[in-house]
Amino acid sequence: MENFDILVSILGSTVRLSIPLLFTALAGLFSERAGIFDIGLEGKMLAAAFASAVAAYLTGSAWLGLLAGIAISILFSLVHGFASITNRGNQIVSGVALNFVAIGLTVVLGQAWFGQGGRTPQVSGEGRFSPIILPGADAMRDVPIIGPLYANVISGNNILTYMAFLAVPLAWWVLFRTRFGLRLRAVGENPGAVDTAGISVTWMRYRAVIVAGFLCGFSGTYLAIAQSAAFINNMSAGKGYIALAALIFAKWRPVPVMFACLLFGFLDAIANFMQGKSVPLIGEVPVQIFQALPYILTCVLLAGFIGVARAPKAGGVPYVKER
Amino acid sequence: MTTASVPLPNWISYGLIPLLNLLLAFFFSGLVVWWIGESPFEALKFLIQGSLGRGDAIGFTLFYTTSFIFTGLSVAVAFHAGLFNIGSEGQAYVGGLGAALAALALDHYVPWYVTMPFAIAGAAIFGAAWAFIPAWLQAKRGSHIVITTIMFNFIGAALMVYLLVNVFIVPGKMAPETRTFLEGGQLPKLDWLMALFGLKLGPAPFNVSFLIALVMCYLVWLLIWRTKFGYEMRTLGISPSAAIYAGVPYARTVIIAMLISGGLAGMMALNAVNGAAARLQVEFVAGAGFVGIAVSLMGRSHPVGIILAALLFGILYQGGADLSFEMPTITRDMIVVIQGLVILFAGALEYMLRPAVVRIYQQFAKG
Repeated sequence: MENFDILVSILGSTVRLSIPLLFTALAGLFSERAGIFDIGLEGKMLAAAFASAVAAYLTGSAWLGLLAGIAISILFSLVHGFASITNRGNQIVSGVALNFVAIGLTVVLGQAWFGQGGRTPQVSGEGRFSPIILPGADAMRDVPIIGPLYANVISGNNILTYMAFLAVPLAWWVLFRTRFGLRLRAVGENPGAVDTAGISVTWMRYRAVIVAGFLCGFSGTYLAIAQSAAFINNMSAGKGYIALAALIFAKWRPVPVMFACLLFGFLDAIANFMQGKSVPLIGEVPVQIFQALPYILTCVLLAGFIGVARAPKAGGVPYVKER
Repeated sequence: MTTASVPLPNWISYGLIPLLNLLLAFFFSGLVVWWIGESPFEALKFLIQGSLGRGDAIGFTLFYTTSFIFTGLSVAVAFHAGLFNIGSEGQAYVGGLGAALAALALDHYVPWYVTMPFAIAGAAIFGAAWAFIPAWLQAKRGSHIVITTIMFNFIGAALMVYLLVNVFIVPGKMAPETRTFLEGGQLPKLDWLMALFGLKLGPAPFNVSFLIALVMCYLVWLLIWRTKFGYEMRTLGISPSAAIYAGVPYARTVIIAMLISGGLAGMMALNAVNGAAARLQVEFVAGAGFVGIAVSLMGRSHPVGIILAALLFGILYQGGADLSFEMPTITRDMIVVIQGLVILFAGALEYMLRPAVVRIYQQFAKG
């Protein structure tokens, strides 16, 4: 029974840790499916986290925080679009640049406005997205097996968590069942054909990066005012890159993206749990192995040892209209 | 005819346009400073004074410059072969292991100039080794090198923390770092060089690796523009299909270019590990690998450009430290913002101004 409790608590933190990955990986999905590589996911997430924490602190409303996070994240997306779509610059260089701007600017502004070394003041109450207890969670708690799972894993999360899981089928539906999604995937595979059909490649790609910015707004907000209660210097801590790894691991498909994010979240939860504990027979397993595992798995996948990860064909290539 | 195909003289392409892009980056940096309620000109004054005003300030500036020359060269060599190596950060970190192992093994027995070649080789080999797997994956399995080098930065960081915490830590100490190298494992400071100019180095860690960096600049220039391999690399960088058609072996060229790139990144550790700290520490690279991207883009992947760009970033890093002391509202992170803006304008938006410049140039050429 004790082992079961541990499992439940690890599963609970798996869900909590995979949510920012999930929003961010879905953001990358839209952008990369449209042929725009997005190394800047990390930066967008960080900028959104800062904006949402500041807005939530000033207004006392978590929803206005979310709105501010989305707005700033979309702004970053538009700069990325301006550089890589309009000016046909190198998409990777642009993403790297935006990551630096975000990591620096959040601390510079945070220090200048609040003077707490880059942190923003704590928000509480309405300024945060707090856990929602689903109906019957307390009543169910004593039911064996399902009870604790329902009460601690499924219930007790904040609204953004449920939105993240709803976003998965929604993303699938938009990408694979709507005209917009068809065109979006087409500009990522063969922009010339889309252009021939009289559809603007530029506008299509801009809409894709705007969707990516929109979703990164959620992940940043989740970090700052759902998981924590303030913005902390560099709080995304490489999650944008893990999300990118998850996206590749899932071979650019929405439902596998969710499972990849849950897997990487699970590894993170295990790493936290294993800190300083020893496994029978093996002894103490270094935490670093769990930290490195998502990256190692992604490299192994990219090497083609577990199936083939094929990126959208026109990814990273600026579209030049024939003259 | 569109503006994209109009040829421009070299001084405009390689001088004026990069300069204008740089000025744009500084203009936006100034806006940020102004936005948080400080005077950009005042900030610039502190920045220059703090980086060039005294002997030790110049020493620190040149110390940072040295690191950035190594990582800038690293990014540039890969760039010439059409590869974007974001992994210089990780390669430098692992390179530190090679440099430290050489110093730890030899510092009891021999003077520094005997250890130095081993430290150089150790740093370069370990750095190159860390670039090898991404290079091999790119060459043989077609995995995108940008993604794999990012992954290897994180894997390298985890590996190094593990080694420092579990293997190299001095028993009884809390800090995850190796023991301090004796003099035989260190690289001496260049105080005599500063004294030639009548300057006092003071506590600044400006050391012999600066000279190694300059030698590497010359060697990279030779490699890229004066050897057959350099020619093959550049062909591959400009047009992979043409290069393969002409018989350039793709896999071999990619792997060797990345090994050289990784080796140069690894050598950055000479400056930070053997030169400054005299021990291997967690996170000693401190972003120098990423600065290399900015330096290489600004320096147009040419060693002379890289030296100038590295000097500029050396000034920013050292001056920025002093600036945050003089103006507490501006933290050191302002440098990261400037770095990002430089990469944005000199890299991603490098063609933004070109059409306008072409139009003005055509006006003058006609008249």
